[in-house]
Amino acid sequence: MNPVIQLDDLHKTYQTGEVEVKAVRGVTLQIQPGEFVALMGASGSGKSTLMNTLGCLDHPTAGKYLLDGVDVSQLDGDERADIRNRKIGFIFQGFNLLARTSALENTELPMLYQRHRIAGPERHTHALRALETVGLAQRADHHPNQLSGGQQQRVAIARALVNQPALLLADEPTGNLDSQTSIEIMGVFQKLNDAGITIVMVTHELDIASYTKRNIILRDGKVLSDTPVTRRLNAEHELAKLKQAQAEVKLA
Amino acid sequence: MRLLATIRLAIRALRRNKMRSVLTMLGIIIGVGSVIAAVSITTGATKQVEDRVSALGQNVVTVFSGSFTSGGARGGWGGAPTLTIEDAQAIKAEVANVVAVSPEVRDRNQVLANGLNWNTMILGEGPDYPQIRSWSVGDGAMFTDADVRGVSKVAVVGKTIVDQLFPSEDPVGQTIRIRDIPFKIVGVLAPKGFNLFGQDQDDTVVIPYTSHMRRVSKRTFVNSILVQCSTADAITRVQQDITDLLLQRRRGKEQDFTVRTQLEVAQAMTATSKTMSVLLGAIASVSLIVGGIGIMNIMLVSVTERTREIGIRMAVGARAGDILVQFLVEAVTLSAIGGLFGICLGMATAHIVASSTGWPTLTPVSWIVIAAFSSAIVGIISGFYPAWKASQLDPIEALRYE
Repeated sequence: MNPVIQLDDLHKTYQTGEVEVKAVRGVTLQIQPGEFVALMGASGSGKSTLMNTLGCLDHPTAGKYLLDGVDVSQLDGDERADIRNRKIGFIFQGFNLLARTSALENTELPMLYQRHRIAGPERHTHALRALETVGLAQRADHHPNQLSGGQQQRVAIARALVNQPALLLADEPTGNLDSQTSIEIMGVFQKLNDAGITIVMVTHELDIASYTKRNIILRDGKVLSDTPVTRRLNAEHELAKLKQAQAEVKLA
Repeated sequence: MRLLATIRLAIRALRRNKMRSVLTMLGIIIGVGSVIAAVSITTGATKQVEDRVSALGQNVVTVFSGSFTSGGARGGWGGAPTLTIEDAQAIKAEVANVVAVSPEVRDRNQVLANGLNWNTMILGEGPDYPQIRSWSVGDGAMFTDADVRGVSKVAVVGKTIVDQLFPSEDPVGQTIRIRDIPFKIVGVLAPKGFNLFGQDQDDTVVIPYTSHMRRVSKRTFVNSILVQCSTADAITRVQQDITDLLLQRRRGKEQDFTVRTQLEVAQAMTATSKTMSVLLGAIASVSLIVGGIGIMNIMLVSVTERTREIGIRMAVGARAGDILVQFLVEAVTLSAIGGLFGICLGMATAHIVASSTGWPTLTPVSWIVIAAFSSAIVGIISGFYPAWKASQLDPIEALRYE
């Protein structure tokens, strides 16, 4: 089986006016199907740039990037759009749902841009199934402003899942959420990962990173450390502990 | 993305900013509306002119005698004694595609009847005159060939003559005196109204041209010859054939007549409305350009406002082309709806003008199609730049946009 992600001495250099910014300078790594990786690093470490490159939003200046066995480093804009559509599901810190558009329609969005047409009723079925996966099927007709942050992020996850991508890319998915909701979202991720979905997540919170299986730390555009998570947290378990603690406070 | 889905998306986006969409459309609505209203009014006027021209008769070619010159003073066409009855008979006998010929002698005279008198136009004509002029005889009948051959003292009178001389009785069978010669009225012409030049066409007495020439005006020449062609296509040919025939009959002498067609009159009359049409076209394009600028402006604002939406769409796989089409369709929807409302507004305005002033108005289908198409084209042109700008956004930048 091909690795989902294979980076080979990847470089990304920005030209801002006179100054050359070397954001990523030689990253080599492999991520296998079924992995759950946290990408960490201080700001300026190049993790956002690496994330954008992994998400085919940008192309590397040098090096090779194989996504699901296909070299995507030299693709043009439209080809990258198709790759994003078919192979990648994005989850953002700010949810990035379309306002005044129902959860169901937000979830349907990636299907609208598929090269082969999907009929309306079929889109509905797929979108509803994705919303069921994240436990929001009963809110399908709600608009984002009628949903809590955690619910909005679940809609975003459903949207990311709907085209059955090879890879889920999450950029600080818990950055805008309180701790309990963060754990809930990590629970969703763990469940998806248990079902075999590959997830790469950028975060700067260590405790959030410990819900994953592998932590990669970047510094100055290079991989500083790449370690498997030894004391992995279980979201369900943590949530139960948290609820118990809350109950005790009330009892006291 | 399918076009239908894109149009639905566009309508939804436009409905989110109802006031803004309506105000943007207003430029197109007013532009298209004023053009349709103005076109309806001028077309109505042109149609009226054309109707009056065709009231001169169907497919008529008129031969006027030449101008005469007397002691250095030159008369106008129709004044010189150059056309004869024989010319008319030759035209009827020899020119193809001619269905009717009527030699015409005209003269103003005082007429008397019932103890009343009236100065009017006395026309000497052939029996085909009503047919040539598309003029029906209401009461009674037109005089016949026999009356022409017999130099009969019979007359057909216009409505005005009836009003002036026979206000309270049936004129048919009565006697009218022209230059003290009694003529028996055999028919009354249906009312025809004023002609293009503002003359009352009903103010006339028609008698056989032979009677006119021998009894009334004592002339040997006719003023003009009315010729009716079989079809409109034959008019130009007939005009040339008559010219050739009459020149031949004059054996190389100078041309002392002129052959005119209705077409020429109509062309002169419609020249004004053509100028109006050009002017309207100019106003139309200016107002559509102004409307287009409005659309472009709002679309640019819209693209900036929705940068994040564009970023999201790109992130989930929209190609540059998808974004381009989305915004282009939005602009075209805006202008096309504006165009449709404009057409309705224009037609309503024309209707109001017609009912309040009594001007005839007519909205040509061709202009409705032109208006619809040009507003859609304005949408494409003015929407293209903003849509192209949207499609060229960098997804990373667009997603980061606040």
